[in-house]
Amino acid sequence: MQVTIERNALLKTLGHVQSVVERRNTIPILSNVMIEAEGDRVALTATDLDISIVENTSASVSQAGSTTVSAHTLFDIVRKLPDGSEVNLTLEDGDRLVVTAGRSRFTLACLDREDFPIMSEGDLPHRFALASEELKRLIDKARFAISTEETRYYLNGIYLHVAEHDGNSSLRAVATDGHRLAQVEQELPGGASSMPGIIIPRKTVGEVRKLLDEIEGNVNIALSDTKIRFSFEGATIISKLIDGTFPDYSRVIPQGNDKMLEMDCRLFAESVDRVSTISSDKTRSVKISLGADILTLSVNSPDSGTAREELSASYGADEFDIGFNSRYLLDILAQIESESVQILLADPSAPTVLKDLMDEAVLYVLMPMRV
Amino acid sequence: MSQQKDTTDNTTCTQERLCRDCLTFLDPHNDTQKTAGIPECLHRRILQHPELSQLSIAHVDCDAFYATVEKRDNPALTHTPLIIGGGGQRGVVSTACYVARMNGVHSAMPMYKARKLCPDAVIIPPDMKKYSKVSKEIRAIMRALTPLVEPLSIDEAFMDFSGTERLHGQNAAWLLANMAKEIEDKIGITVSIGLAPNKFLAKIASDMDKPRGFTVVGNSEKKDFLATLPITKIYGIGKKTAARMQKDGLSMISQVQQMEASTLAKRYGEIGLRLHQLALGDDHRPIKSARKTKSISSETTFNHDLYKLEDLEKLLWQLAENVSRDLKAKEMAGKTITLKLKTNSHRIITRSRTIDQPTQLAETLFEISRDMLKHLINGTPYRLIGIGISQFGSLADADTPDLIEPNRTKKAEIERAMDQLRGKFGNSSIKKGRSMK
Repeated sequence: MQVTIERNALLKTLGHVQSVVERRNTIPILSNVMIEAEGDRVALTATDLDISIVENTSASVSQAGSTTVSAHTLFDIVRKLPDGSEVNLTLEDGDRLVVTAGRSRFTLACLDREDFPIMSEGDLPHRFALASEELKRLIDKARFAISTEETRYYLNGIYLHVAEHDGNSSLRAVATDGHRLAQVEQELPGGASSMPGIIIPRKTVGEVRKLLDEIEGNVNIALSDTKIRFSFEGATIISKLIDGTFPDYSRVIPQGNDKMLEMDCRLFAESVDRVSTISSDKTRSVKISLGADILTLSVNSPDSGTAREELSASYGADEFDIGFNSRYLLDILAQIESESVQILLADPSAPTVLKDLMDEAVLYVLMPMRV
Repeated sequence: MSQQKDTTDNTTCTQERLCRDCLTFLDPHNDTQKTAGIPECLHRRILQHPELSQLSIAHVDCDAFYATVEKRDNPALTHTPLIIGGGGQRGVVSTACYVARMNGVHSAMPMYKARKLCPDAVIIPPDMKKYSKVSKEIRAIMRALTPLVEPLSIDEAFMDFSGTERLHGQNAAWLLANMAKEIEDKIGITVSIGLAPNKFLAKIASDMDKPRGFTVVGNSEKKDFLATLPITKIYGIGKKTAARMQKDGLSMISQVQQMEASTLAKRYGEIGLRLHQLALGDDHRPIKSARKTKSISSETTFNHDLYKLEDLEKLLWQLAENVSRDLKAKEMAGKTITLKLKTNSHRIITRSRTIDQPTQLAETLFEISRDMLKHLINGTPYRLIGIGISQFGSLADADTPDLIEPNRTKKAEIERAMDQLRGKFGNSSIKKGRSMK
């Protein structure tokens, strides 16, 4: 194998695939990236056995061939090479990859390409396409609520499924960690109507989201109940799905919250952020005292002191105090695009609903804290 | 008032020689002095040291604590060999009284071995509640003398008397001798004391003359004093480091003293440097009165090896309840839950998991440790199981109601209700069905 690739193109592609590779591996070849050169392209593949990513980049191939080398090492080398240089990759004696660029020369140990695990995708009967922007929105508005708790592994991803209401179907993404829940939906794309409800793992969500920033155009999605494939222009991600049942979340979304609070979303977020400076690493609760058209935010930390701030709002229901985890609150406010945020409350211990006035298809639920 | 008088008397002679019985400073140059202090005192236990009035760091260790408490409460046992420990097949000796120790019994020894060595010994299971009450009484006496009391365990503590001499009108040596007397008279148990310039030396000193001992090690002699001791006396040198050092030909502290700090650092890393300092008798660790709890745990060894999930989880539930009770008593909640297992071949396996909000509930501890346990059930026979919790957070963030699984919230509410009942009617008033199985 002998190829020459422009450094920036190689760096970009390597950057995408190397993040799939885990830092520590019990199987040595999983630390490697597979390089395949053919025609006028080089394909780079990396996998952790749960996700596999393949990305192509154009190159001048003087001799076709393939091998595998340490992904992080190759990435670090290419990263340190000067901008604009031409990188030459040559496989010598079948077990050494020589990387040269300008006056630099590296020799890297290789592992046999035949031993590199290829993830089978099996039959993927449900196929549909989403615009890059659509997929980005579904991910961004839900992913912050994904749980990291291993015991509830079925919450460690985004639940993507077809939702029916009033005879209409939509594609809905839901994530929750038991403290907050995010629900976002969009028009059902053609081909998705009979798809099963699937849970896309957190790591896969992250890798897909990274590619969305750099590759424009439609993303073709194909899935079964165990696997999903995202095909981008020049790159493909195949991932296993979480084998579990996502809980029936619809019954925890409150329907009868009748106390409506509305205020400027940015000003509210800034206030929450300011008063929570006082909260220690250990506790993050912020108390919100609801008064007639006025809110008082306060934080009381036994270690560091107190903070208090008033904010005008539109509120006319009963006056009471309610507490929230300030970080959770800020995560949600950051996703709201309208100027004002609408908050629907019931009482200090009941789940609270937050709404984006610009986007009716998103909904957030937040569990209050004891204050 | 009598103390005040003593002080004035004492200032006339140098405070280098103290009678531990009548608490009088004696003339260091007159060995036969009988006139000072209380006339009938024979001055049998004299404490003499040129730095006696300058040292202020002490280590106080109760003598065969559990056994002494039991003997106090049952005088018929006074001269009988007494062993405190678990009686089961795998019980170990927690404490052996000094009579039993003469037969070769020592703590951490398997009970069957102890029985063989000392067949006429009386064996009593430990009564931790009682010992902890006595321990608290002793600590109260200590804290009356100085706020800087650092408990190391239920029966030993460091004390720092720096700056207390002006307050009490007496130096540390006198206060300690008086304290030992007070503990004997009021509580009925004996202690051994080490007085030195630092914690390391004080701890070694207290062990030199047990029981009822009082050993003073000063700056002038610390190096020679340590030279005669084996390296295993150095705090922090366990079996493994000791074995490594022995392999390198090091067994006595005197050998370490002759080595360069850099050589030790090269060979043993960071611990090598510390070793060098300690070997020369230098230790700059301060005495901390409030040691922060970093973890809470509970474990149990079985009579027979267990390998089935249903057998192990029954014990796991009890441990979860123990840890939870401790957490609730200390008003703490933690995020990292650790499961510990010991196989029948004594290999220790630990697994830990961090949850996103701290907990103090037995239910959560159980659920998460059980999930980790499930993955370790593979036919391996286990002899011990334990649960620990660490990474403590705020109670305000702990165990907030769960949005997605109302069952979790309900379980938490049930547990709180049970705790309230227990608070009113005692610990055994209500139990979960699973602990009855």
